[in-house]
Amino acid sequence: MSDSRPVPALPGRASLGAAAVPRLLRAILPGLALAVILVAIFILQPRAMSYFGLNLLLNLSIPIVFATLAQMFILTVGDLDLSVGGMVSFVATVSVTYLAEQPVLGVAILIGAIALYACVGALIELRRLPAIVVTLGMSFVWFGLAVLVLPSPGGRAPEWLIALMAWKPPVIPLPILAALLIAAIGHIALMTSSYGAILRGAGGNARSIARAGWSMLRVRMTLYALAGFMGVLSGLSLTGITTSADSNIALRYTLISIAGAILGGSEFVGGRVSPIGAVLGALTMTLAASFLSFLRLSPDWQIGVQGAILILVLALRALINAWSARASRRRAGTAAP
Amino acid sequence: MADPTVRLTGVAKSYGAVRALAGVDLAVDAGVCLGLVGHNGAGKSTLMHVLAGTLAPDSGSILVDGVDRTAGWSVAAAHAAGVRCVFQELSLCPNLTVAENARVFHPGLRGLGWKRRAGRLIMDRLDHMFPGHGIGAGDTVGDLSIGRRQMVEIARAFTVTDAPARLVILDEPTSSLDSVAADQLLDAVRHATREGIGCILISHLLGEILAAGDRVVVMRDGSVVADRPAEGLSRDALVEAMGSVARPDAGAARQTADRAGRAPMASAATRDRRGREGLTVTAGKGEIVGLAGLAGHGQTDTLLRLFRAAEGRRVAGVSVEAPAAFIAGDRQTEGIFPLWSIARNVTVRSFPAVRRRGLLDPDRERALAEEWRRRIGIRTPDVANPILSLSGGNQQKVLFARALASEAEIVLMDDPMRGVDVGTKREVYDLIRAEADRGRCFVWYTTEMEELVNCDHVYVFRDGGVVADLPASEFTEQKVLQSSFEAEGAA
Amino acid sequence: MIASLDWLRRQPWIWSFVGAIAVWAVTVALVEGRGAGATVTAALTFSVFYVIVGIGQMFVVTTGPGNVDLSIPANIALSGAVAMKVMNGQDSLIVVGLVAALGTGFCVGLFNVALIRVLMIPPIIATLSASFIVQSTAIAYGRGLRVKPPAALSDFMEWRLPGGIPVIALLTIAFAAAMVVVLERTAYGRSVLAIGQSDRVARLAGVPVARTRFVTYTLCATLAGLSGALLAAFSGGASLDMGQPFLLASIAVVVIGGTSIAGGKANVPGVWGAALFLFLLVTMLNTMGVSSGMRQMLTGVIIIAIIALAGGEKTR
Repeated sequence: MSDSRPVPALPGRASLGAAAVPRLLRAILPGLALAVILVAIFILQPRAMSYFGLNLLLNLSIPIVFATLAQMFILTVGDLDLSVGGMVSFVATVSVTYLAEQPVLGVAILIGAIALYACVGALIELRRLPAIVVTLGMSFVWFGLAVLVLPSPGGRAPEWLIALMAWKPPVIPLPILAALLIAAIGHIALMTSSYGAILRGAGGNARSIARAGWSMLRVRMTLYALAGFMGVLSGLSLTGITTSADSNIALRYTLISIAGAILGGSEFVGGRVSPIGAVLGALTMTLAASFLSFLRLSPDWQIGVQGAILILVLALRALINAWSARASRRRAGTAAP
Repeated sequence: MADPTVRLTGVAKSYGAVRALAGVDLAVDAGVCLGLVGHNGAGKSTLMHVLAGTLAPDSGSILVDGVDRTAGWSVAAAHAAGVRCVFQELSLCPNLTVAENARVFHPGLRGLGWKRRAGRLIMDRLDHMFPGHGIGAGDTVGDLSIGRRQMVEIARAFTVTDAPARLVILDEPTSSLDSVAADQLLDAVRHATREGIGCILISHLLGEILAAGDRVVVMRDGSVVADRPAEGLSRDALVEAMGSVARPDAGAARQTADRAGRAPMASAATRDRRGREGLTVTAGKGEIVGLAGLAGHGQTDTLLRLFRAAEGRRVAGVSVEAPAAFIAGDRQTEGIFPLWSIARNVTVRSFPAVRRRGLLDPDRERALAEEWRRRIGIRTPDVANPILSLSGGNQQKVLFARALASEAEIVLMDDPMRGVDVGTKREVYDLIRAEADRGRCFVWYTTEMEELVNCDHVYVFRDGGVVADLPASEFTEQKVLQSSFEAEGAA
Repeated sequence: MIASLDWLRRQPWIWSFVGAIAVWAVTVALVEGRGAGATVTAALTFSVFYVIVGIGQMFVVTTGPGNVDLSIPANIALSGAVAMKVMNGQDSLIVVGLVAALGTGFCVGLFNVALIRVLMIPPIIATLSASFIVQSTAIAYGRGLRVKPPAALSDFMEWRLPGGIPVIALLTIAFAAAMVVVLERTAYGRSVLAIGQSDRVARLAGVPVARTRFVTYTLCATLAGLSGALLAAFSGGASLDMGQPFLLASIAVVVIGGTSIAGGKANVPGVWGAALFLFLLVTMLNTMGVSSGMRQMLTGVIIIAIIALAGGEKTR
């Protein structure tokens, strides 16, 4: 019986540990990046280490966190959304006009925007289109709609929204509280709910999900609708902070959200995403922007630093992957001599 | 006596000119483990896919508990009827945990605490089937070793929530398990059959088949050729039954030239899955070398290593002295450029030959393609036609033309005759022989026993390593079968 | 005659030209024939930038799914600034400046390739991260840059033959023709088309995949560099956000021009047609008095409609 087979692996979980270590390392990278940059800021400017300081530092992080989560939902099925920035801008313009003046109509428009997102997902699934081109087209549509709603900068966000974003909760600053809350909700929706497992599985092995009787159309529509919902929250929180809007207010969110999600450990293929990581990634991107002012460096290098952090983290990840691949080759011993 | 759980009668399936199943009758009773053996192309996997509902048979019927269910037989119907399949290609989601993969399989697992329930469901099965497996419900499948993934996949097939498990089909389930886990699996299969579940076990390890099976079915050329109780059956008798009736004609076997003192054009050392060294594959000028054995036992890997080395990359254990061309067997995903014409598909490997004044010259391209259309007999009115206008066999000829029109001295063939009609095959065999006589060297992996007759040397692979080197004068089908399935009293 | 019509109909690029002519005709009809020629002149001039960038992007997109260069806008901004600074408004330094712009673009491409190869990350992410750094460099380098382009270069950009045909457009047409030859008649072009159909098939057929990728990304970036210099010269100096519209536009002209986003099928004339179409579409909508928001929206809807109609192509 036992004539031509590999030697039994060690009992227990010894060999699993070897594979789990690099995964753990990859998982803590986003947190590590954030910690490093926070510590650097605190050293440069100890006063930042306070309720008020953190509030100021992370002021603009909430909408970016939402936008990054939107991007992450799309990445779950291996798509890329180039229209996040446009969508958030559109929501911002609606929020300072219709939502403030005719709340019912405003809410209806926002729900319609989410539905449109779901329809885009359906179109991509049914016609098997490349998401990148469809969302590219959608970015024109959203920006166009934003200009139609608000041709010139201005408007005023609803007072309740401004009040909400200006709220100073006890002990924990609002941006941090919001980040914790968003991470928790994202984690529950995607990582712990039973349908979340199907959504992620669709990114990992769509054929096996379909073979088990799940509808890929429903999967894609759900993820796009979730992304749309996050986009709406991003736009609302943005105008709550800025109080007014203009039609290209969130232009750069498209690229920032991709960078944040990737920084947070999401991968382009294979359904490997992490809501907590995405939140951390978004916070890191926000902080990277303020970091320079503490170094008394020209703000010209703001996005450069964001790019450098992204590359650095990706390089570390590549290093971990190469190391674990080499380790697993050694373990398996199946390689040719 | 009760009706069998599943009964197939007269099931036939053809792919174009190739008949994969030629009217198979097979019945699996509850509580019986049926061992299924056969060489490459015997029709085992096609039969599995028919049972699993992923392939519809051309004719014949499928009866479940004596009720004809042929019409409307599908993946969902098979699942509802309790037919579970563990395919060789892993069908787990690598990014999900073990528990989550169980959830994918069971739509009913939801609501609060689903993860705990799914985890318990799969862990109970794992504990039951593979004690000491070392897998946690929360482990990500992609992090598990291939053997453990296989365990999860097998255990998942036996889990039950809404639909029952009544017939479980296991295709080479032990191929990536270590000996302890393999023994555990066979115990579990015996245990499951005692509980009334029917099993079909496909394996190339005849000892396994004889140990676990109650009945053994031997398939050959798309038909069942033997169906006997396992009791009292010997390995030799099984090997005998698997061989084809027509013995290779001894006179047709080629005389092997003396290899001594000749430097090989290409050589590749092999090593099996346990890391033990196998024999080295060597091929010299003018030689046709065959790689035999069951599909997926390291032949393609060896070809790819040779190819990489020929590209100038360093590959351990491989040395290649001349440029090499690769002829893929899987035309659609590894061979043709579907958007291109026949001519472009031929010339893609020969840019220097069709260049004039620095640019690719359409006239020269056409002439080169035209020359090979004639020499190799590609049936098309015009080489400017799209490649997809050709039949499969003619597409394969284009791939041969691509390799032979190039400067490559070594031609690596990855089972290129899959699904090709007999006439085409004969033409290609002659062509290969003619090219070899001109000094080219061929390394030929084939899953078809008859093709090995064309080779000067045959290397038999098992578990990644070469276990036998048969010169043409010593080559018999029996020897290849003996080596590909475990040899008696193997080490 | 019938046969050649039939042949024409099967060319994917023909539709972008048909569309361009149609919107031009509508525009001309709307203004009752006034300025018909001027519209064409403007369309030809403005299309030059889209065509140069678009052809580079086309080569990248053709190498298969997931291949897009997102660093083009940043690259244009940086190269434009470098060109203006090196030229320093002097006619004698035009050539040096152009070479500097091409070199800058090439270096950006080199950086992209390095990230793709070394970090083994998808090209979209690689070019995205690169673009952050390039954009920052452009901002820091170009801040306060108030250099006017050399007069000779500005004049050259405006130089028209009798009949209002811009010389720069003629040169770009010649360049596009050369690119058709590169695509169809060189080993490099064939390799791009082969890789786009299937990386794996190409590798097994002996196509030098890594080298082809390298050339493609550096070519695309170098063309973006050239475009940056010309754009700066045309618009009276480099500005930091002058590359901005080219992120989406470069992809749009490629897709509308009949190049397959799934890879393996490229179309150079289509890039010209699409560039003219997009410019003339905007002109038509302007003439109709359509607001800029509506214009954007219609552009988006048209892109999606085109891809949805042409779509259903299987990505392997």
